[in-house]
Amino acid sequence: MLSKPPGLRQILELFRNPRGAVSPSRGNIELWANIVILAAAAVFMLVKGATFAVTLGTVFAIWAMLTVSLNLVVGFSGLLSIGHIGFFGLGAYSVAILTSTTSYEQLRTGSIPTFGWPFFAALPVAVVVAGLVALVVGIAFNRFRDDIYVLVSFGFAIIAFNVFLNLRPVTRGAFGIHDVARPQIGSWVLDSELELMLLALVLLAIVVGISWFIVSSSFGRVLTAIREDEQVAEVFGYHVTHYKLAVWVISAMMAGLAGGMFASWTTFIDPNSFILLESVLLVSIVILGGLATIWGSLLGALAFVLLEEGMRFLPGLPQEYVGQARQVVLGVALVLLMLFRPQGLLGRFRL
Amino acid sequence: MSDISTTTVLDNRSSDDEALVLELRDVTVQFGAVVALNQATLGVKRGELAAVMGPNGAGKSTVLKAIMGLAPVTGGEVFWRGGRLSLPTHEIVKQGISFVPQGRRVFTHLSVAENLEIGCLYLNDKAEQARRLDSVLELFPVLYEKRRDMASQMSGGQQQMLALGRGLMAAPEVLLLDEPTLGLAPIVVKEVFDKVHEINQRLRTTTFVVEHNIKGVLDIATRAYVLDKGRVVHAGTPQTVQDTNILTDVFLGRFGASDEEAE
Repeated sequence: MLSKPPGLRQILELFRNPRGAVSPSRGNIELWANIVILAAAAVFMLVKGATFAVTLGTVFAIWAMLTVSLNLVVGFSGLLSIGHIGFFGLGAYSVAILTSTTSYEQLRTGSIPTFGWPFFAALPVAVVVAGLVALVVGIAFNRFRDDIYVLVSFGFAIIAFNVFLNLRPVTRGAFGIHDVARPQIGSWVLDSELELMLLALVLLAIVVGISWFIVSSSFGRVLTAIREDEQVAEVFGYHVTHYKLAVWVISAMMAGLAGGMFASWTTFIDPNSFILLESVLLVSIVILGGLATIWGSLLGALAFVLLEEGMRFLPGLPQEYVGQARQVVLGVALVLLMLFRPQGLLGRFRL
Repeated sequence: MSDISTTTVLDNRSSDDEALVLELRDVTVQFGAVVALNQATLGVKRGELAAVMGPNGAGKSTVLKAIMGLAPVTGGEVFWRGGRLSLPTHEIVKQGISFVPQGRRVFTHLSVAENLEIGCLYLNDKAEQARRLDSVLELFPVLYEKRRDMASQMSGGQQQMLALGRGLMAAPEVLLLDEPTLGLAPIVVKEVFDKVHEINQRLRTTTFVVEHNIKGVLDIATRAYVLDKGRVVHAGTPQTVQDTNILTDVFLGRFGASDEEAE
């Protein structure tokens, strides 16, 4: 497609936009965003050593699965959902409930049924559960759009959280579920951080691969058309409702996959991992990275993880303030970005 | 409604009813309390170019929207090839009716070629899609030239051509055009009308065009309707429209003034 050897920017451009449409008006911000964030990641790894970098890699992979999948919904079908964390939680709880073998009889909450499934048997179930719930929720939500959609997805996140918290016979409520199984292939148990990171990255690669396929296929082109003008897309023979529902369900299944990975990595989950704030952070990262760009979501997730973990080592910042300081920094970053680059670091679209 | 030409054509109706490939019979469209179309009867024969004219708010665009299922039809029926047409919007293009909406509404974040492809992706037949793309690009040299550009980088006139081309990708039997020259420079208006005329003549595509640009559209139309306040006040040919002063009447608000007072 390119007649002369591609420069760095064109390569990045192709990464970001699989159809290779180069627009001349992008400016240097994208290039710098890429360089700065990737360099920061490299420096971080060198300074902090491999162990920490590996943990960071896992966190990144899980967040990136969530942001890439959420971007399919927000960026490609134009539905601003803040309920994504609910599907993440569904995936995590599915894996936790199916794989945990601990008996809880000593605790007053009573025992939950133990299945003791292996991780790789539970993971597909987690994906399917997230997908099925998304299908039902999506059918109910289909009539809504724009600001109303934000509200109903907010409702979903709240309901999901409260189910995790209060449906004790199934989820053990605030006690959480311990001893979630680690992935096991034959007799090989993936229980080192490195193995888990590699698995998380493989899952991320699958998510990115599927997203890539969707975006660059004709299905993705129809989605782009739908985001721009639903009515015209309808006029040209596309049942808009079905397209939106399809991408919504696929995205939720990816979040379910991420949730399953998360549960197995931490081996303990409780409802606090699936609060609304996490969902809002996800949406922020998607906007920060740029709507409708897979690479942007990856970069956004990386920037976020670096920011989160990097703040820990900021000289002169007392440990007890780190948590709050992170959110302040993220908030300031978002405000600045919206002021000066409303389409996000790599994006072409405004919300 | 005592206009002579209206009655003449209404009398003719029985003789050429069968030949109308797409027809609205006594269609009423209501948006809440607003009656956008009031028992409108109009249609187009195979191969014809029918023009719908009238002042702002006369219900011109509503005619096309009623056909496409984009407006709530509260009375009357739309007939297509002699049968009732009551399909959801996304099924209508598969029946051979293609709609080019007002204001072009091309997909600005897709390339020109991708915009065109959207017009027939529902086919799932790659070879046929490619054939149609080739023929549309041949019909519109400007689109061929710009096929790799993003639609947002095109001028208004070019975008209108793109919208026309996208409509043709469905290889429609009937093409519905909603104000194709709205907001275009006079020289471009001429180009668009020429292209619409060419499509009608060369491809024998039956065309139903809603236009505010009377002069241009009367030059190419073979059938003409004048709408005022949701009613069809004249049905005839460009000649009959020009022979009467119906247009001056409706545009100056003289026509139907007594109607309004009566209501």
